[in-house]
Amino acid sequence: MTPGRDAPASPSAVVLLPDDRLGALRRGYDAVGNRRRLKLLAGLAVLVLLAGVSARIAEIDPVTMWLKFGGFTSYFDRLATLDSGARVWTDPVEWFWGLKKWSLLLGQTLLMAYVGTLWGAVFAAVLCFAASRTTRRDGRVRFAALRFLEFCRTVPVLVFALIFVVAFGLGALPGVLALAVHTAGSLGKLFTEVVENADGNPAEGVRASGGSGIQAIRFGVLPQVLSSFASYTLLRFEINLRDATVMGFVGAGGIGEELLVAIRRFYYSDVSAMLVLIVLTVVALDLMTERLRGRLFPGEAR
Amino acid sequence: MKGLDLTAEEVAGLAARHPALMRPALRDRVGGPILALALLGLFVFGLWDLDISPARLAGGTVTLVRFLALMVPPDPLGHAVLFVQALGETLAISLLGTLTAAVLAFPAGLVASRNVVANPVIHHVARRIFDVIRSIDVLVWALVWIGVVGLGPFAGVLAIACSDFGALGKLFSETVETTGHRAREGVRAAGGGAIDEVRFGLLPQVLPVIAGQALYFFESNVRAAAIIGIVGAGGIGLHLYEAIRTLEWREVSFLVLMVLVSVALIDTVSSRLRAAMRG
Repeated sequence: MTPGRDAPASPSAVVLLPDDRLGALRRGYDAVGNRRRLKLLAGLAVLVLLAGVSARIAEIDPVTMWLKFGGFTSYFDRLATLDSGARVWTDPVEWFWGLKKWSLLLGQTLLMAYVGTLWGAVFAAVLCFAASRTTRRDGRVRFAALRFLEFCRTVPVLVFALIFVVAFGLGALPGVLALAVHTAGSLGKLFTEVVENADGNPAEGVRASGGSGIQAIRFGVLPQVLSSFASYTLLRFEINLRDATVMGFVGAGGIGEELLVAIRRFYYSDVSAMLVLIVLTVVALDLMTERLRGRLFPGEAR
Repeated sequence: MKGLDLTAEEVAGLAARHPALMRPALRDRVGGPILALALLGLFVFGLWDLDISPARLAGGTVTLVRFLALMVPPDPLGHAVLFVQALGETLAISLLGTLTAAVLAFPAGLVASRNVVANPVIHHVARRIFDVIRSIDVLVWALVWIGVVGLGPFAGVLAIACSDFGALGKLFSETVETTGHRAREGVRAAGGGAIDEVRFGLLPQVLPVIAGQALYFFESNVRAAAIIGIVGAGGIGLHLYEAIRTLEWREVSFLVLMVLVSVALIDTVSSRLRAAMRG
């Protein structure tokens, strides 16, 4: 139903078609509308069917869901309760008793995210010139570089971390490496697109005045793409911080191990204290990178 | 470097005519290197603090290469049926989690949009809630839900639904805020109420976009669903974890390949679907 379709139009403003032609148009309009509605319904039916099958596979039971939902709220209730039975916010000193230890671990997590991001970004910046159509004519090199980047970003970062923990031993090193590899893959793809969209004339100019391929990239392409590179890297930094908080789950450093132990041993107020610290750090970094990115592109609103 | 052969006078003349180009301001010349040095300094400090030494890197790389050699050829070692079931479970978790998140995030995203709910307090509170939910990793959510509903894929679905609710809610509200107001003004001018305005003036603009976003999330959630098994929330992650811990490298490569192939397939299907929705 389109509002106003049947409203009488004032004859002076709108040219009214004769009824027979109007009818044909109306039928055509309805036919298009019906076809779209049918498509939408078919799509919805497929979606509901898939969801039903999935629910069976995932052992979802609405009744259990309903019964267990009280468990969810009581979980949060326990998160907000100290061992003494008081609410956490009534005694912040007791709640954050391990502040020093947790801050150090969180600092380590931040550092892991930073080192992993920068490492990965440098890799990506090198690889993207091998992978982009405008800087690399050789199809085979480009294909290999693109597939490699795809592999790096499709394998989940925690799987890399698991394998690296076995190869490099426990600690922050496997976590950083996993973050770096995953970052190289995802940033590499974005960087490649940026380079391919860059204006080719400056690079051509450098080459025409006798510059080498490297110089063409350094003076012709890099100045155009550097701010986009920095912006994407900042965005990735924020994502990597979130990933770094759980690296400890598999023994790859950061605050994750402490968090896992607290959750597994039901130290509820410790869990909530650490979560509060993590959320504050992530949100703070989020705001900071957003502001920095805004300064990189002063013209854009965001 | 050959190229333009300028005499010294010509260069001096150019410098005199374009002083800004030949002699950039001190701030521009010093700022870049100082920033680069600071970034590098923090990087080196990080390497030192996190105990990342060349010796450890070299030793680990040798081990890693040996593992890589042990990974070929990929082989399920007789667990093929089990793995396929687990992959199905992973896809199911991803689909249901994304669907739940999208269904819940849609109204929440509308509430969080400045141009739908004019009250700035509601708008800000909703946005901050999204931020908080979003900043907790899906694995942490999985552990929380395991505490509530027990081990199994159900906890995985709820974990993905939770963490995506934050991300999708934020994305949806941003999408709604970028829409033009002309269509809604038209609806109002023709006598529509607030509901009509959203239904006919807003939804047709945003629905294809947010459906595309949800599809994209489904795709990336397959990867998330593949790892939540590590903490016991169902899917292929548990087998992956076991295979890596028992150093069954041929199983590991088989499982990773399964995930990669299914992600690639979903990628192909969903990019077609997205294109169809746009058209």
